[in-house]
Amino acid sequence: MGRYVARRLLQMIPVFIGTTLIIFLMVHILPGDPIRAMWGDKAADPAQVASLRHEFGLDQPLWKQYVDYMGNLFQGDFGKTFGGREVIDEMSESFPVTLRLTAVAMIIEIIVGIGLGAWAGLRAGKAADTGVLIFTLIVISIPVFVLGFLARFVLADQLGWVAPNVQDSTDYAQLFLPGFVLAMLSMAYVARLTRTTFAENLRADYMRTAMAKGLPRRRIVGVHLLRNSLIPVVTFLGTDIGGFIGGAVVTEGIFNVQGVGNLLFKALQQREGSTIVGVVTVFVLVILVINLLVDLLYAVLDPRIRYA
Amino acid sequence: MTIMDKTADIPAPRAGGPDDARLLEVRDLHVEFHTRDGVAKAVNGVNYSVDSGETLAVLGESGSGKSVTAQAIMGILDMPPGKIPQGQILYRGQDMLTMSNEERRKIRGQKIAMIFQDALSSLNPVLSVGYQLGEMFRVHQGLSKKQAKAKAIELMERVKIPAAKQRVSDYPHQFSGGMRQRIMIAMALALEPDLIIADEPTTALDVTVQAQVMDLLKELQTEFNMGLILITHDLGVVADVADKIAVMYAGRIVETAPVHELYKRPAHPYTRGLLDSIPRLDQKGQELYAIKGLPPNLLKIPSGCAFNPRCPKAEDICRTEIPALVPVSEQDGSELPGRGSACHFWKETIHG
Amino acid sequence: MPDATKTETETEAVADATAAPSAATGKTQDKPRSLWGDAWFDLRHRPMFWISSILLLTLLIVAAFPGLFTSADPSDGDLTNHFLTKPELGHFFQPDWFGYDGQGRSIYARVIYGTRASIMVGVGVTAAVTLVGGLLGMLAGYFGGWLDSIISRVTDIFFGIPFLLGAMVVLNSFTDRKVYVVILALAFLGWTSICRVMRASVITAKQADYVTAARALGAGTSRILFRHVLPNALAPTIVVATIALGGYISAEATLSFLGLGLGEPTISWGIDIAQGSQAIRDNPHALLFPAGMLSLTVFAFIMLGDAVRDALDPKLR
Repeated sequence: MGRYVARRLLQMIPVFIGTTLIIFLMVHILPGDPIRAMWGDKAADPAQVASLRHEFGLDQPLWKQYVDYMGNLFQGDFGKTFGGREVIDEMSESFPVTLRLTAVAMIIEIIVGIGLGAWAGLRAGKAADTGVLIFTLIVISIPVFVLGFLARFVLADQLGWVAPNVQDSTDYAQLFLPGFVLAMLSMAYVARLTRTTFAENLRADYMRTAMAKGLPRRRIVGVHLLRNSLIPVVTFLGTDIGGFIGGAVVTEGIFNVQGVGNLLFKALQQREGSTIVGVVTVFVLVILVINLLVDLLYAVLDPRIRYA
Repeated sequence: MTIMDKTADIPAPRAGGPDDARLLEVRDLHVEFHTRDGVAKAVNGVNYSVDSGETLAVLGESGSGKSVTAQAIMGILDMPPGKIPQGQILYRGQDMLTMSNEERRKIRGQKIAMIFQDALSSLNPVLSVGYQLGEMFRVHQGLSKKQAKAKAIELMERVKIPAAKQRVSDYPHQFSGGMRQRIMIAMALALEPDLIIADEPTTALDVTVQAQVMDLLKELQTEFNMGLILITHDLGVVADVADKIAVMYAGRIVETAPVHELYKRPAHPYTRGLLDSIPRLDQKGQELYAIKGLPPNLLKIPSGCAFNPRCPKAEDICRTEIPALVPVSEQDGSELPGRGSACHFWKETIHG
Repeated sequence: MPDATKTETETEAVADATAAPSAATGKTQDKPRSLWGDAWFDLRHRPMFWISSILLLTLLIVAAFPGLFTSADPSDGDLTNHFLTKPELGHFFQPDWFGYDGQGRSIYARVIYGTRASIMVGVGVTAAVTLVGGLLGMLAGYFGGWLDSIISRVTDIFFGIPFLLGAMVVLNSFTDRKVYVVILALAFLGWTSICRVMRASVITAKQADYVTAARALGAGTSRILFRHVLPNALAPTIVVATIALGGYISAEATLSFLGLGLGEPTISWGIDIAQGSQAIRDNPHALLFPAGMLSLTVFAFIMLGDAVRDALDPKLR
């Protein structure tokens, strides 16, 4: 196991470098000059522009910029925003907010998704099953931002049950609605996946054995079926983190949550390279680490998997 | 000649014991499956019985209904699509088909246990064998985790798994095929049931391992005086262990007999065909006999005797009238105990 | 199902000592259908397939000939008369059917004309992704070795970038975002999943006994690849591609909504939803109609993908 983890960590290095390089290039290869754009339509003093470019290292060749950037990164220096703040400070303010939001969404996704899926899977082919299938199909079809606006419109503007904007992001009650909206799409996928694996494993030979052993239904489903059916669901939850991060940008915008999504969106609009690359780099790291954890969890859940 | 009655098959001839104290008796059991393509009639009026310490072998090809009957006895048929339109399954005189789910559940595993063919897929892949064995004691006897584990080790030793203590926490895929089947047997044996149904317990195993597993099963059966229903398509396995045989075809019993009688003098052309298709050393070089044709489509079972399209002796009556299972007697009319045949021409078959 | 002996009744061993192979000619049996034949048989009996097909056909016609469905000009704004006029739900196919938006333009006309961009992005990205991802996956899976190593590592790298997030960063680099720019950007980030699916199924198909047999009989690489491996590896790829199509449409709308996708003057539901969201409190219709149309389109594609998957994957039946 230890060797496997070490090898996986080593394998992560080229992926990490490749991914950040692509992001870095995409941000910096763009036509147009963000420094010049700071002046808007006004005429800029060429000397001032030049000194700013030098300050941000934009006058260096691209490869040098990337190497410098990565070098600084490993010393915990993510660079400065155009406004002069440390990017790392901005991120350390906003990351906990997104973390809380994602946690709320994850919990909703797991509880509702697996619950619905299991409920439908045990009734495969019946009306309840069809109902869940159609419900998830509709949820998947409605893009997150539409869902967000509808939820805000109905629950906040029309019914007045919740505040339309999140004022205090440490208050989990306020994070519930954005978390729910963020969770919806993944929840639908989890429900469908759970339903499929439940319905499939229900027909497995070992389920017949469990029946023949005279076990109560509660135990057959709760121990024998659940353990086997959760394996692919856990894998999905891990790979879905990336989707959550994309969704967070939209959800945070709609509900005015001051998280990383918002930070990134503002940085995109101002084309502030250091923040964009910084945020995405951290995201990539998070995804890589979570994928590794999921693989390890997989081995715990399924003893047939052995890592050499 | 006895009167041909198409509807009432006679109960299977029995080996002895009082009438209502039968360990298990199946009466006129019917099972059908409702599928997209129509109704498949898997079992069409099966009668058989087993007593304590007795071994009944149920013989037949794929689709003959032998496994479905066993699953109906265990109460593990998928319903739907499965359905039991008529029949009785009596355990010690009580009809299990009229029992509540909870009553049946308590019989399963405790009183009647089952051994499945493919131990690899029949054992839960993500739970240790110790857990799966111990589960029986935890659920049915309320033992603690620790006690259950000790019992599991004991069971594994009883079925002669080496180093049971070290292997109790291993998972099914870590055992060899023969060892896995021993674990299945241990699981069925856990609560010392009255009856064990073994559904092709050795089919998936190597020939050498087959014999070991069968010997073990036989040994344990004698030790606990259990009834055993052995479902198989392998005539070789049957000869050594069974007391009596029921041959099934298209969901019916076509012949019943004490084991050695059947080998000596089959009373049904299908049984004869099965026996003739066993390769024999003294016939080396000759062409091996095979029953021609395919097993019947259960969605449209041929009219009359279901075997008629494949039968070398078929006449017109075979295509119109379903032969009842009738007692078989010697040429002089003296009774042959325990023998029955469902063939219009059983006399010609056994004596011809 | 091919024949009755393969139904649920069949729980017994297939191994059978008595029926000789030569006996197969004895009784006529239902001819077994091929995977594709069986899938088509299955599809024809699914209402979901027909509903989604009819919906999609209609959407394709709307995308190709929007002029047939409305006489109004979608970019023709009349602020003085039609500022956020409420819909007239009785006026079928009239310009005021769905009301007017904040710039006095007919929402019905915009919904009709917006179809083209969404369908083009969805179909375009799926085609590009299937072509590139499918080819790379096939090469990696079939030839293995160093080629597989390179392709797999590159796939890992691209897979590490969250799709929507990456698309935002890429598209942010372009000022003039036409349909083809959005297609290329989404395809640039989206090809990995098809590549992985294709690689996995080619590896599985390559190891199948019939491929070994074909090779033993002297079939060449291209023949094995195109006649034996590809047809059998295609099913999972098609399933993933069909389901992903709806997702690409959704992604385009999300990006356009954020101002990072299609730009004016292209008519896109995402842009209209963003504009409608400004006035959602008192005039939800400006958001609801484009949002409804968008959801309906994604729904149709995902439903089709679902039906195709169920038909092609007999395991789920």
